[in-house]
Formats: sequence, structure tokens, C-alpha cells
Amino acid sequence: MSEFELQYKPFGQRSILIEWPQIISENILKSVLSHKQNIEKYDFKQKVYIISAYNSILITYDSTINNFYNEILTLKSLFVGYKSEKVLPFKLWKIPVCYDLEFGIDLEEISKKNNVSIPDIIRCHTSTNYRVYFLGFLPGFLYLGGLDNQLHFPRKSNPRLKVKKGSVAIGGSQTGIYPNESPGGWNIIGNTPLHLFDVNNENPCFAKAGDKIQFVSVSKNGYENIIRNIQTNNYIVESEVIND
Amino acid sequence: MIKVLHPGFFSSIQDLGRKHYQHLGVPFSGAMDAYASKIANVILGNDENCAVMEITMLGPKLAFDCDTVISVTGANLSPSINGVIVGSYSAINVNKGDILSFGKPIKGFRSYLAVSGGFETQIKMGSRSMYKDITLTLSIKKGDELEICSKNHTSKKYSSIKFNIDYLSSEVISTYKGPEFESLNVKQIDILFNKEFTISKENNRMAYQLEEILKNDLDEMITSLVLPGTIQLTPFGKLIILMRDCQTTGGYPRILQLSESSINVLAQKKVGDKIVFKIKDYN
Repeated sequence: MSEFELQYKPFGQRSILIEWPQIISENILKSVLSHKQNIEKYDFKQKVYIISAYNSILITYDSTINNFYNEILTLKSLFVGYKSEKVLPFKLWKIPVCYDLEFGIDLEEISKKNNVSIPDIIRCHTSTNYRVYFLGFLPGFLYLGGLDNQLHFPRKSNPRLKVKKGSVAIGGSQTGIYPNESPGGWNIIGNTPLHLFDVNNENPCFAKAGDKIQFVSVSKNGYENIIRNIQTNNYIVESEVIND
Repeated sequence: MIKVLHPGFFSSIQDLGRKHYQHLGVPFSGAMDAYASKIANVILGNDENCAVMEITMLGPKLAFDCDTVISVTGANLSPSINGVIVGSYSAINVNKGDILSFGKPIKGFRSYLAVSGGFETQIKMGSRSMYKDITLTLSIKKGDELEICSKNHTSKKYSSIKFNIDYLSSEVISTYKGPEFESLNVKQIDILFNKEFTISKENNRMAYQLEEILKNDLDEMITSLVLPGTIQLTPFGKLIILMRDCQTTGGYPRILQLSESSINVLAQKKVGDKIVFKIKDYN
């Protein structure tokens, strides 16, 4: 049995949703990813697509499910006597961010309202390793956990129509990176020169669910150097293998 | 090649979408009315996943640079060749130099133009479906020159195809219980299945919002997974029906899920149209 109580629900004619307790935690994430890996190993009679979020897995079948009861029994049987295994090693990705006021257009407001100096905001934002829970919202958008309470800041009541590609931002208790230009209501504190979603790359996003992200502060000069190196294909995102 | 003289209100190239990249936050995309898109292809003997042109309300003006065969399905937007009205749901021979244009919308909202062999726009992540930041553009533009896939023509004549067009005027949207359905109270369920709902002006390839408000105090939920056809209920009481270009995740309670065929029915609705919901049981 799984260490958490799971619920299995039909979701439309072609999908089954598996749900964990409604809590955001790394233990639940690890259980979700471990179960996902186990389901991926199973030889389904038809093609399935499996995705996950904070506390759910969605299994979408290529055609309609004829008997949900049986299909759910099959899925449950995959976890009889099951103990979560460690999923493939995760990686820690180091993401350069320029926190210059030119990019960090909401830094001053956060500093004033949260009563934290801008250097302290940057120190705090770069001193955590953020866990990637899943990708969603926009292609290449990472849902990250672990933002320090000091930096929590409400979303804008009037979202901006255009947020620059690569903007690093804070929305409520979350932090994230806009992979492409889009409308957005989060507060922008910096910008990364990296492409978080590169459609021309065989693997369009370097990070995956379970990995960790560390933001590294770079100067305006450093930022521009990285842009040049990316353009000439001389840049590799720094990463290391982590074991938890 | 087909040259775009005028793109119309909103026309894009779509096939049946991207199925393998939702874990990266990539939407499914694909023809809003997948049924009409498949029929358009089948009429020409194409594979049903061939790329077609999805035409919204006011159609484009297109010039053909080659002889070919086309079909038009879905909404009746008064298609004509060189000014002469042509029939929908049949194979139409087109000659080099012909101009295809559209007129008054008569029934439905989205029409599908298939061409023998299919449109040959760029394939990105396994699909030609146009979507922002994945394909170069999200719709066709004036002056675009759209290539056609060369096709090894089977000599098989365009066989008679059975198809259904009643759904174009149907108001019934069939649904199944969504993951948060059980959070609704009896009164809310009664309203959902006994009142008429109206398509608001907020309707596009991502989602259809409805005019009516369904008062609720459902708990907020942790962001979870959604699908095309998911009906979300916001704290303000707005009903949002997600469509083919929807995000892969969302944080509003998912009260209902449209049947596969009802997504096609809804894709033919425009602002002001009425719909009613019916509930079906899971197998």
C-alpha cells in the first residue's frame, strides 16, 4: 500500500485522476513521482499519457475507457504491497539572475512593503534551493516550492499585459520564471538570460519535476556575457546531481 | 501552394494536436471541432490527423496556385469558388488560379478546410497545430504561402462518407462529474442541469466563459491537472469551460467534464448562443 491514502477518480471519458491529500509537501511530491514512475512501467493495452502536479497524477488514455471500475482496479493493483522507491537522481540547476533594478521593476515596492532591503531580498532569494514540483501554466513554467516567508508578496490586482521573457517573479508564496513573454500578475524581481523553454531543442526544458533550482545573482555585465555565450552556443547550464 | 489574400477573422492551421508534451506545460491544441476536422480529411481520403485550416466566423480569401481537391466541413460560412457558392461536406475540384472565399455565417462558428494531402506548415513537437511560442505564428496572415503535402493519390474515388451535422445546431452539452463535483450542493446542481446558460464574449481557443453566475463557497484547491472540456467554477461564480488550447494545470474546482463529442458541439457556439448541460454516468 501507499504511505498516503489515495483517491482514484474517473475524469472525463479518457482519463483517471489519482489524488493525494491536499497538502503541498516534498514527501507527497516524492510519493507522486515514485507512483508515476511505477505506472509508466506498466504495459497498458492502449497508449496512455501520464502527467503529475502537486498532489495528483492524471492518466489520459488514447481512446475512451470502457470500464472505469476495472481500469481503476488495475491501477490500484500496481500498488499492492508497494513502497515508494527513489526516483531517478534529481539535478540541482543553477540559474543566473540579474537583480538589477532595470529588470527587477517590483523590487523597490517589495522592499518597502515587506521592510526588507533589496540586498537582503536578493540574498534571501538566492540562498534557497527550490524544488520543482511540476511544469504547467505556460510551456516551460516551473512550479517551485520553498520561497522564504519574508519574500511572500501578493499578486498584482491588475496583471501586466506584457511580462518580459525570463522575468523572475514572486506571486503570493511562490516564485517562478516566465519562460516567454506573456501577461502576468506576479511581482518581477529580476531576469534570467536562459531559455526555460526552447522549442527547437530536443529536450525543450532542462529541468523536470523533482529537480531543484538555485538562483545565482549576476551583474548586468555577467548577464550580457551569458546572452552572448548562449547565442554562440558556448553556454551550458550549470548543474549537479543531488540525492534527495 | 495556397496564397492567403485575406486571413479572415481568425484562421489557423490545426491537426489533432500535441499529445506528448503536457508534462512540460504544453497545451494539447488541435482542431476545436475535432469531428469536423476528421470528416474534412476523410472526405478527401487523407489521414484524419492531416493539418486543416480552422476558420472562425468570417472566412479568409485564398488563391490556389495548383489544381487540387478540397473539402469544407463544420460551420456553414457560405464558401464560394470564384464567387459561386459551393457545397460543404463533399470533395470539390479546384483549378490553379481559383479563388476560395467565404461569406455570411449561416450555421455554426468554425469551419474546416481540408486539402488533398493536407497543409504542410512546420511541425513542432509532433504537430502542425499553431500555438504561441511553439509555432512561428498562431494564425495565418495576409501574404502567407501555404504549401500542400504531396500525396500519393490512391485511385480510390472519394467514397460516400456517413457523417452527422445535427450537432451543429444542438444546444445539449453532455458532461460527466468532474473531480470536485461532490463539493456542489443540491441547489447548485439543480441550477446547473435545469437552467439555460449563455456563451459570453470571452470565448476563444483556450476557454469559453458563460454569462450566468453560479454562487458558491467552494474551497480553493491546490493547483491540479485540467483537460480540454473541464468546467471550472471560480470563487466569483464564473463557469469557465476549458478548450483545446487550455493550460495543463489550474486551481479552480473542476465541477464537470464535457464528453468528447460535446467539446465539438461547444466549438461551434458563439457569443449569445444558449446551451444546456446534461449529466452522464461513468461506465
